[in-house]
Amino acid sequence: MSGAAATVRRPLLSLSNIFTGVILLVGLWLTYLRFTGGLGAVTNLDHNNPWGFWIGLDLLCGVALAAGGYTTAAAVEIFGMKKYHAALRPAILTGFLGYSMVVLALLYDVGRPWRLPYPFFVSPGVTSVMFEVGACVLLYLVVLFLEFSPVALEWLGAKRLRRVIVRLTILLTIMGVVLSTLHQSSLGAMFLIAPWKLHPLWYSPYIPIFFFVSSIAAGLSMVIFEGTLAHRNFEDKMDEEHKKTAADVVLGFGKGASMVLAVYFAIKVFGVALDNEWSLLGTGYGLWFLLEMLGFVLLPCFLFAVGVRDRNLSLIRWTAFLTVIGIVFNRFNVVWLCFNWQLPWEQRYTPHWMEIGISVFVITVGVTVYRFIVTRMPVFYEHPDYKEAH
Amino acid sequence: MGEGIQTLQEFMKQTKGILYLLAIAYFVGFVAFWKFLHGREKNED
Amino acid sequence: MSTSRRKFLKWMSAAGAAAVVPKKARAHEQFTGYPDSYGVLHDTTLCIGCRRCEEACNEVNDLPAPEKPFDDMSVLEEKRRTDEKTYTIVNRYKPDGEDKEPVFRKFQCNHCKEPACASSCFVGAFTKTPEGAVVYDASVCVGCRYCMVACPFDVPAYEYDKVLTPRIMKCTMCHPRLLEGKLPGCVEACPQEALTFGKREDLIAIARERIRKYPDRYIDHIYGQQEVGGTNWLYITGGPFEVLDFRTDLGITPAPELTSGALSMVPVVVGLWPALLGGMYVINQRKDRMAAKEKREAVNEAIETTQSAADEAMKKAAEKARQDREKAVEMAVKKAAEEAAKKLEGENKGKES
Repeated sequence: MSGAAATVRRPLLSLSNIFTGVILLVGLWLTYLRFTGGLGAVTNLDHNNPWGFWIGLDLLCGVALAAGGYTTAAAVEIFGMKKYHAALRPAILTGFLGYSMVVLALLYDVGRPWRLPYPFFVSPGVTSVMFEVGACVLLYLVVLFLEFSPVALEWLGAKRLRRVIVRLTILLTIMGVVLSTLHQSSLGAMFLIAPWKLHPLWYSPYIPIFFFVSSIAAGLSMVIFEGTLAHRNFEDKMDEEHKKTAADVVLGFGKGASMVLAVYFAIKVFGVALDNEWSLLGTGYGLWFLLEMLGFVLLPCFLFAVGVRDRNLSLIRWTAFLTVIGIVFNRFNVVWLCFNWQLPWEQRYTPHWMEIGISVFVITVGVTVYRFIVTRMPVFYEHPDYKEAH
Repeated sequence: MGEGIQTLQEFMKQTKGILYLLAIAYFVGFVAFWKFLHGREKNED
Repeated sequence: MSTSRRKFLKWMSAAGAAAVVPKKARAHEQFTGYPDSYGVLHDTTLCIGCRRCEEACNEVNDLPAPEKPFDDMSVLEEKRRTDEKTYTIVNRYKPDGEDKEPVFRKFQCNHCKEPACASSCFVGAFTKTPEGAVVYDASVCVGCRYCMVACPFDVPAYEYDKVLTPRIMKCTMCHPRLLEGKLPGCVEACPQEALTFGKREDLIAIARERIRKYPDRYIDHIYGQQEVGGTNWLYITGGPFEVLDFRTDLGITPAPELTSGALSMVPVVVGLWPALLGGMYVINQRKDRMAAKEKREAVNEAIETTQSAADEAMKKAAEKARQDREKAVEMAVKKAAEEAAKKLEGENKGKES
């Protein structure tokens, strides 16, 4: 069964499109300011705080939340969990767009964006953790592009090319997990070089493992969260298989997320024990750490479990949203709120409204492209000419 | 001035550089070896 | 021996000698740094805060003129840090109280033996030179500012207001001048000899000697001897280092060592993950194939059972039909015989009367 019973009419001048248009226009204006006035014209970054909102949200959160791509692909293709198949293409699309938006955001953040190819083609700084992050993100973008391409090729009717690429699926999936393990953990490992600047409750020799494990929870939660939004806005594009297996995805991924969050909580406790930081829990930052651990890790872990046991889809969906907020909270703590924690308050950083504006712009670009793709290409349904593929 | 590797930074530059190249070669070689290992299996339906 | 053969042997032995067998990544055990590299010893007890070093640095490096001139001492009322126009600053401290003599301290890049900036830079823009200076190459810099995150002393500054050519700005130890045999600008300008230039080993010996000779004047510690693996800019002071804005929580581990553990996991993941994941895939494929096979066999068996049951039933039905037919024929024959007998009896009766 392909197509839909009744296609929703999507007028060009809808409210959401106008809203999007305004954001895009403001974003273009801010882009002009950034590239005529420099970083100083649109950010509050300074010599003590070289990384801020863009690195926090667009880079760290963006990469963590796009992790649904590799986790879903691994579940379906490597672990053979075919019942989640309907979630695969949306997850890969989100991953591909998510990482593309990370690169877009980087064009704003680095001082000379036209030199971004330099670490790979001109002067590799192989001792740098960030070199590894960059190399893995670049390669993973290629993987995601290839994993997504059958969707576009089906839309374009390029049967032979599509067949060639589909045969690479398992290889691409394995590469995707390898590359994701490396760069998700290394985003955390970048902070290992500055133990004096990150608060001890967030700094740990285990930080690469913390970032990797939490990325799995982030990915699973984003698939649930984004699926919830998709069912609300694009139900007319979904075929029977998609609608029928939606509950399975929510329950299955909720169960997985619960387990991952439990493990994550445990290894965070191990981290505190490793460096004997128990006494720090009573400080101001300690309470903030407990808020992150109890409110955004342990609580969703428990709520997911309850939701799965009671088959309460609504509870699982809300918990997925809570987990996403928790990941954002953690990444902001590491790069901003608990970074340079020893600096006096006057020297700490707060983002300029234009930094937030450009981040909103970048995210809106991603969402707009997403909307374009899912309303035209076989993401939520199977293209009638390629039924035998699944 | 001395010859050879004097600092940890230089040491890591050399070793990490070689390791990255080895990692890429390994991945290519792994795929080739995998195909070799599973080459003669009849594809059961 | 001919010249060419001699040359060949020389090259071979040189190659053999230069081949360094890799050892473990432990800087303070293994790597002692460039021998004979230079450094600067800053004796803060001698500094009078005249700021001539700042002025000389500005001149030698062609930096833009500052807002307040170098002889304006009011700048000392606030604590400053290096910025994109200032490679070095002198700060004033009053550790013994407002009415006592102030103490001054010059701050600039410490030219670490194992620089965090060089380790963290993903385009290798920083180099630790054999002369001891840590120099920056603006021609490859992408402007990611990770070096600023990495530096334990918060030294590098960035030209945030430039659009096309923003650079990291930091002290160079006047490396070009060193190569010409000259002194760094600040050292040359200092009227009080608070800055001493020389080989790092010699400076440590000088500092040791000063501390030994005047134990009441100095704290018994040379800052930079071991901090973050050692720096080429060394300090001795008359009071506690924290008071003069020296970080004392940095430890002795050099920066590259901090990330070497995480980086060494890369080959492990690349090596193991494909085998583990590939193995899981094959196992799952096998399981699926087995399950499909069993399913097929079960279906076939069910079909066969149903088929043979159907055959059985058909056979029985056919048999029963045959028997029914036979019986019917029997009955018909019997009936016909009875009727024939009755008819004969009736005819016989009529004949008798």
